[in-house]
Amino acid sequence: MSEHVVPVKVYVLVFLALMVLTGLTTGVAFIDLHAWNTPVALAIAVVKMTLVVLFFMHVKYSPKLTKMVVLTGFFFMSLLVAFTLADELTRGWSPKAQNWDATASSATHNPR
Amino acid sequence: MADMATHHAQHDAFKHQFEDMDQQRDAGTFGMWVFLAQEIMFFGGIFGAYIVYRLLYHDSFEIGSNLLDVKFGAANTVVLIASSLTMAMAIHSAQAGKKGKTQVMYLLLTVLLGMIFLAVKFTFEWHNDYTEHLIPGFGFVIRDAWGAAGVHVPLFFCFYFFMTGLHALHMIVGIPIILVIAVMAWRNRFDEVYYAPLEMVGLYWHFVDIVWIFLFPLLYLVGGRYLSIGGH
Repeated sequence: MSEHVVPVKVYVLVFLALMVLTGLTTGVAFIDLHAWNTPVALAIAVVKMTLVVLFFMHVKYSPKLTKMVVLTGFFFMSLLVAFTLADELTRGWSPKAQNWDATASSATHNPR
Repeated sequence: MADMATHHAQHDAFKHQFEDMDQQRDAGTFGMWVFLAQEIMFFGGIFGAYIVYRLLYHDSFEIGSNLLDVKFGAANTVVLIASSLTMAMAIHSAQAGKKGKTQVMYLLLTVLLGMIFLAVKFTFEWHNDYTEHLIPGFGFVIRDAWGAAGVHVPLFFCFYFFMTGLHALHMIVGIPIILVIAVMAWRNRFDEVYYAPLEMVGLYWHFVDIVWIFLFPLLYLVGGRYLSIGGH
C-alpha cells in the first residue's frame, strides 16, 4: 500500500472551505440562535476538524489501523465529557431524601 | 512485493526490522497518532472542566467572553489555518520529489505564520488583558457593571489563560522542531520515499491547529456577542 499523494488543488479547496467556515462561525456568533448558539458553533468546529484530520493529516488515505487510533482518541474524549455531564446535568433529577435540607444545613460541609 | 522491498531496502533511511518502506512509514504514523490520542485526552480534561464551569457560571462566562476581542481571535484562526496549509505543502513537495529548498521554504513560511500567531496573542491580546486588569493574580479588577455575576468572571479568565497558554506552549515547542526538520530538509534528507520526520511534525502542527479550531468558538464566540453586557 503506497502513500497517496494529495493533489495541491485538494489542499487549496480544503483551505478555502476552512476560511469560509471560520467566517461563518464568526458571523453567526453575532446572531442570537437561543438554545442553538453553542451547538451551531461546535458543529462548525467539528466540520473544520474533520477536514483537517481527513486531508491535511492524510487520515482519509491512511491504513485502517491509523483510522482506528484516531477514532479511539476522540471516542474516549467524548466518554470523558459525556460521563462528566451525566453527573453534572442530572443533579437536580433525583428526589431529595426526607430531612435532607435540615441535615445538610447542620453539617459543616456546604457543597455550593 | 519482494522486489519492491529490495528496491526500498536500498534507501539510506530504511530500518532493517521493517518489511519495506511502506510498512516503516505506516508504523511511524501509527505511533504518532497514539501520541496524539494522548494529547486529545490531555486537552480533553481541560475542555471538560471548561464545559462544566461554563454550565455552572453561564452569565459570568458570557461576560468574560465578551471582554475578548473577536477580531484578534478570528485573524489568528486564519493565520493558523494558513500555517497548516503551508505545512501540508511542505510534505507535498517532498512527496512530489521537489528539492529540499522547496520544502525548507514552506517550513519557514509555517514558522513565520506560527510566530505571527504568537505575536498577536502576546503583544495585542495578553498585553491588553494586563492593562485592562483582566489577568487573575495580577491585579484583576471585578467591575461593578458586571453585577452579581462579576465574582466568577476571574474563573473564565483562568480558563482562558490556561487553555490559550497550553496551546501557545505547544506552538513554542513545535517551532524549534520544525526548524530542526528544516535543516534536515535543507540537507536533502527527504524524498518521495522517505519523509517520515516531515510527516510527523506535520501531524503535530495540524493537531495544534485543531485545538485552536475548538478554542476559538468556545472562548471568543459562544459568549452572547449579540448582547450588550459591557464588553468592548
